[in-house]
Amino acid sequence: MRELYRMVIVMTLLSALSGGLLAGVRMATSARIEEQKLEFVKGPAIKRLLAGAQKDPIAARFAVKDGGAETLVFPGLKGSKPFAVALESFGKGYGKTPLGVMVAINTDSDAIAGIAVTTHSETPGLGARAQSDPSFAKGFAGLSAKEPVHVKADGGKVDALSGASITSRGVCAAVTRACEFYEKHRDEIVKKAAAAASSGKP
Amino acid sequence: MARTLMQEFTKGLWKEVPPFRLVLGICAALGVSTTVADGVGMGIATTFVLVCGNVLVSLLRKIIPADIRIACFIVIIATFVTIVELVMQAYAYPLFLSLGVFIPLIVVNCILLGRAEAFAYKRGVVASFLDGMGIGIGYTLALAALSAIREIIGSGMFSVPFGPKLVVFDTSWYQPMHFLLTAPGAFLCLGLMLAVMNLAPSK
Repeated sequence: MRELYRMVIVMTLLSALSGGLLAGVRMATSARIEEQKLEFVKGPAIKRLLAGAQKDPIAARFAVKDGGAETLVFPGLKGSKPFAVALESFGKGYGKTPLGVMVAINTDSDAIAGIAVTTHSETPGLGARAQSDPSFAKGFAGLSAKEPVHVKADGGKVDALSGASITSRGVCAAVTRACEFYEKHRDEIVKKAAAAASSGKP
Repeated sequence: MARTLMQEFTKGLWKEVPPFRLVLGICAALGVSTTVADGVGMGIATTFVLVCGNVLVSLLRKIIPADIRIACFIVIIATFVTIVELVMQAYAYPLFLSLGVFIPLIVVNCILLGRAEAFAYKRGVVASFLDGMGIGIGYTLALAALSAIREIIGSGMFSVPFGPKLVVFDTSWYQPMHFLLTAPGAFLCLGLMLAVMNLAPSK
């Protein structure tokens, strides 16, 4: 019996120590991991959409509150004023995980400047082309941010990916959500973007 | 049979170098040896877990009951692997992206459990530390050699660990053998290296 107790005690202590240690490491690294994810997962999409920005859009990012949730907005700044902002929103695609889409909106004309799929679990070769096929993303550029975005089959203007209508609709829904968010908070976004342009390091 | 501490360290570098002499840790060796940077990154991660795991197992060897020692080893190893995963995400995110699922798979790398069971559970802390260092560095060098062959012949490039990618053979005249970058190519390379190591003297 003594041996049995010893086993239970050793295993419990070891697991507890392990859990405590890991929680500590996680707390110490989680802020940096978020930064790294921004830079390496979303960074390339943001930089491509906001090409020509004179300040790093990631460094100049700010949060906009909507209800209880916060959304990060990445401003593309030229001189002392923004020319476009990028924000990420999510839609439901064919895959299990939400479809993340980075949407850039021109702040002068309120039109979509470009979109890029950031995270997805769509079918390779079909839905995954939403990320890899540039001609699909091009179909969104120039559309007005003031009205919902739909694929042609639903009476909209976007060419759906053949064989991936669920993914295409998911992207449209995410883009629409981003546009709605932008329209709802337009004044705040433009103000904060202008403030980001005049402050901070270049 | 009694070996000096120095011999405990150096045996991992040649006499018992893991993928070739012990033929352990093959899964990761085949999976991540497409570029030198990935191979060396994997080797360093494994070395860290190996050294920390060995030291901790050796420290606790009188406390851990023999009946549940394997479970305890796995808890210790898994803890260090998770630490490596988190730290790599925080400080070397591109490496984390390219190693992908192979980082959590370090837990089931036989080298780690093998050293804990065969060495650290029976020996002192200093010897276990040196054993872990030796085997870990040997594993890293073996991965570096394997991935250097695959990367240079397979793509004509050489990616310096934590540095830039260098062009060894320019593709204007060199046709890269993409076969070597695939899984069968990895098996072929490993088999040839095993054969060479078997011909080489084991002393």
